[in-house]
Amino acid sequence: MKIDIILAGVGGQGILTIAAAIGTAAVNKGLYLKQAEVHGMSQRGGDVQSNLRISDKPIHSDLIAKGGADMILSVEPMESLRYLPFLKKGGYLITSTKPFINIPNYPELEYLMKEIKAMDHHVAIDADQIAKDEVGSARASNIVMLGAASPFLKMEMSELEDALKELFGRKGEEVVEMNIKALRAGRKMAEK
Amino acid sequence: MQKLLLLGDEAIAQGAIDGGMSGCYAYPGTPSTEIMEYVQHSKEAAEKYLHRQWSANEKTATESAIGMSYAGKRAMVCMKHVGVNVAADAFVNAAVTGVNGGLVILAADDPSMHSSQNEQDSRFYGDFSLIPILEPATQQEAYDMAYSAFELSEKLNAPVLLRITTRLAHSRSGVERKTSQPELKGALPKDPRQFILLPSIARENYKKLLEMQPVMENASDESDFNRYEEGIDKKLGIVACGIAYNYVMENYPNGCPYDVVKVSQYPLPRKKIEKLKANCDELLILEEGQPLFERLIRGFFDEGKPIHGRLNGALPRDGELNPELVAHALGIEIEEGKPIPEMLAGRPPALCPGCSHRDVYNALAVALEPYGDGRVFSDIGCYTLGALAPFNAINSCVDMGASITMAIGAADAGLVPAVSMIGDSTFIHSGMTGLLDAVIKDSPIVVIISDNSTTGMTGGQKSHAEGRLFDIVKGLGVPEAHIRAMNPLKKHHETNVQIMKEELEHKGISVIIPQRECIQTAARKNRAKHKAKKK
Repeated sequence: MKIDIILAGVGGQGILTIAAAIGTAAVNKGLYLKQAEVHGMSQRGGDVQSNLRISDKPIHSDLIAKGGADMILSVEPMESLRYLPFLKKGGYLITSTKPFINIPNYPELEYLMKEIKAMDHHVAIDADQIAKDEVGSARASNIVMLGAASPFLKMEMSELEDALKELFGRKGEEVVEMNIKALRAGRKMAEK
Repeated sequence: MQKLLLLGDEAIAQGAIDGGMSGCYAYPGTPSTEIMEYVQHSKEAAEKYLHRQWSANEKTATESAIGMSYAGKRAMVCMKHVGVNVAADAFVNAAVTGVNGGLVILAADDPSMHSSQNEQDSRFYGDFSLIPILEPATQQEAYDMAYSAFELSEKLNAPVLLRITTRLAHSRSGVERKTSQPELKGALPKDPRQFILLPSIARENYKKLLEMQPVMENASDESDFNRYEEGIDKKLGIVACGIAYNYVMENYPNGCPYDVVKVSQYPLPRKKIEKLKANCDELLILEEGQPLFERLIRGFFDEGKPIHGRLNGALPRDGELNPELVAHALGIEIEEGKPIPEMLAGRPPALCPGCSHRDVYNALAVALEPYGDGRVFSDIGCYTLGALAPFNAINSCVDMGASITMAIGAADAGLVPAVSMIGDSTFIHSGMTGLLDAVIKDSPIVVIISDNSTTGMTGGQKSHAEGRLFDIVKGLGVPEAHIRAMNPLKKHHETNVQIMKEELEHKGISVIIPQRECIQTAARKNRAKHKAKKK
């Protein structure tokens, strides 16, 4: 078992929480993991990505090679396209369609969606809307995206839910439940 | 034993704690910051009362660590690569004093300049200071090296340079811990004159350091961190330094066909490199950084076997390595995914909405209008982002503290008034001495200490300036009439412009201190308060 994921978004959108959830589930399963993050200057409202690698055999490189990612999991539509050279032929592009516009020259959403839909395997959902509808807060949209990616992660839902319990347990039962609900909602949308 | 999921930085912190460290010293700097932060959050470190406070800069941090070593305890000092320049005086001379308690100097380099102004390779410092260098390939090695480096330092009577780069610093993986070592009890150096670098003593010490060189080389050859791995194909032999080893292995999932020397401890393991040269037709040297050891192996006349690396174009001369660059150097073709669509826009980092630096720049733009462009010298911090649109507000960013001293030089050359833009933490780090120069000459410059009461860019570490700026500036001799407070809020814009205009007209030194806490740090403090209340 081996899966290489590029997580993408804008600083502050919570991609590291997604990475932590998948990572925790992977470690609990006894899998190997490497996860490269972006810290420092590049975080301030700029584009951020994380390379997440999981395998049942030891992993060498902290970085995924171009053409090597099984999945791009993005919380923002334009950011999902920034890492296309890394996506394997037949790999999955999974993204939220809600744009995060903090630059004056953000492209037309319509054109972005055209590119996303041109991908052979893609899942595109409005994670903000789903999070608002299902759990009443757009803050859980990153976990909705984790749910949308879950059918392709080679992991059981229960394993991801346990990871969320572990991660959010300190913040109380309410937060755990909200995130599990968000996870399930994302999953449901992806299966549609 | 228990397996932890740790960043490379965190693995080093845990390794040092478990290796018997009594004190960690540091100034924040990407990608090294998380080491000290981990020590500060560690329960074990708190229970042992390990030293774990930030220092004013890398030089004071290094000197404190040398002091702890003198007193017979194990110390680690952490910094980013450009911080090594600040600490260089202490660093190089610590090689001549030698150590009493083990001394580890951690340098986190940033090839590709993700968050830095250059990509210098700290191994050069270790090389010319004639001390051993450790360069881990994995998070586990990072832990193991931090754990054992103190003992190595004591055995070789030299500080040990532990060198990592951004990728390892900020990548997470499973790490297995070892049994925790007790701290040393502390004892004065056996030779009471060891740390007195009077020329007569320094000459003796330096000779001893030179005599240790073969011992250090031998330690490298026998180190478990260096390995010779036999391959079946002798056409090529690979020297893979630090994390470059990972990129080689990544390209050969079924095992590398060539002989490989994995190098993670320097000086270079001579016997292993000689064996590689004897066994293989050509060599490939992979270094995450500058081609320091490629140059050494190649030699000035380059008359031996064909050598490939950064110097002959097999790899780019700049930037960090990655799996595909190494694949290319190995002659392996990689099938890339689709190209990035042309319409994609860049998303550069920016000052946060609501940041006080924004208000400072907005006021400064108006106040400077009558004088024309090109006179704002800035420094290292979030406010450097004032270089980008829409502000386009600054004209320089060179090194910590240079905003003040460059303004002095420019004013000396006739560019009057000149303006310095520096943050509170950077001012403490390296601005105070420059300001004293300006006071003594009464330079016609306006120094803006944009005080957001934090070390913002690295994630909001405590600033030593907190509550002290006015006293420091006054103490350095700036006349009180020209130390001006300012409230950087939109509603005070007119007043702020007026203050700046007045000081720009003053033909001598002025200091303006706009103070408002970083919104990120303030939010973090609020969250912590909220959390504490809930409990």
